[in-house]
Amino acid sequence: MKAYDVIIVGNGPAGLSAALYTSRANLKTLVIGKDDGALTKADRIENYFGMAEPVSGCELVENSKKQVKSLGAELTEDEIFQVSWNSGFTLEGRKDTYQAKAVLLATGSARKSAKIPGLSELEGRGVSYCAICDAFFYRGRKVGVLGNEDYAAHELSQLLPVVGEAVLLTDGKPLNTSVPEQVQVLEQKLASVDGTGQVEGVTFKDGGKLDLDGLFVALGSAGGAELARKIGAMTEGRNIRVDEDMATNVPGLYAAGDCTGGLLQISKAVGEGAKAAMSMIKFVRARKN
Amino acid sequence: MAVIEITEANFETEVLKSEVPVLVDFWAVWCGPCQMQGPIIDELSEEVQVVKFGKLNVDENMGLAQKFRVMSIPTLMLFKNGQAAATVVGLQSKEAVKQLLGV
Repeated sequence: MKAYDVIIVGNGPAGLSAALYTSRANLKTLVIGKDDGALTKADRIENYFGMAEPVSGCELVENSKKQVKSLGAELTEDEIFQVSWNSGFTLEGRKDTYQAKAVLLATGSARKSAKIPGLSELEGRGVSYCAICDAFFYRGRKVGVLGNEDYAAHELSQLLPVVGEAVLLTDGKPLNTSVPEQVQVLEQKLASVDGTGQVEGVTFKDGGKLDLDGLFVALGSAGGAELARKIGAMTEGRNIRVDEDMATNVPGLYAAGDCTGGLLQISKAVGEGAKAAMSMIKFVRARKN
Repeated sequence: MAVIEITEANFETEVLKSEVPVLVDFWAVWCGPCQMQGPIIDELSEEVQVVKFGKLNVDENMGLAQKFRVMSIPTLMLFKNGQAAATVVGLQSKEAVKQLLGV
């Protein structure tokens, strides 16, 4: 397992900006990026400080990656499924597992959650966003996992040793991961999550029904808010709650950029990344001395 | 007031028959968010005198967790006059718990 002072999840402007400061402060820094993020989709950025000519998002990100590498930070591509804490942070990814003294979530803005009738109404009543937290309550029972990518497969792997039976529901999307043979995969679109007081099953758009005791939501990849919630950081809707130092309520866990909500601009992300870095430097140094 | 450990054995006397409202924190050792909820409940138990605070380990008291349909933790349940009067699921801030308690 690779160990770092600081791990930054996300390689957008907030994450890379934070890495500049932590590397310059001589902290062993790793930036984990899943993909290039929202910024690289912007062709012309005309409102960023100091740019007389429009610059593309790709160019900004590539330059910034070069900059942080030259300062000694490591960059890697991986998708993080889970962050946990036990005298230090452990980050579980698709490719590897990492350890850090402080973690920054800079995962960008949250994806839209599925708007399936009944889903939000039954949250905490059979609808769960955290397999490792809630699997225990479904011992020997039948559950569904909503998703079609590696994150859904990861959540399934947490559930299978505990539950009686698990079904993967892709909600009309093609299966884009591999799941164990015993898992039934249903690709029909969902019409509703059903139950009075607690989840009793789902109805498909084709009229079919499936009885379930629980439904675990694992759409797309784990966003900042999902990772934060699993470790016990406060969220407000899809945003991670931070104080003025970009600290969450979990000691050593920070968040910056679009995942904290507010203005979705590079300047705000860069500023928050810098602030979070200062806090992490302080946090790590206090533990080294 | 210290937080009381609630079990199957003392649930009736400490919670159902309590003369004051009781806030029960359903938790487990393996639950990350519960480790953050615990200290908030500890703090509140020192500050709020009109409510009794209890922690219920779901691993050791599965029957009670099932009886009150706890399906996700942390779950905070406020008992008044022997009845579950309010339930909130997921990690709650100190302010949110205060609001739940009406203090």
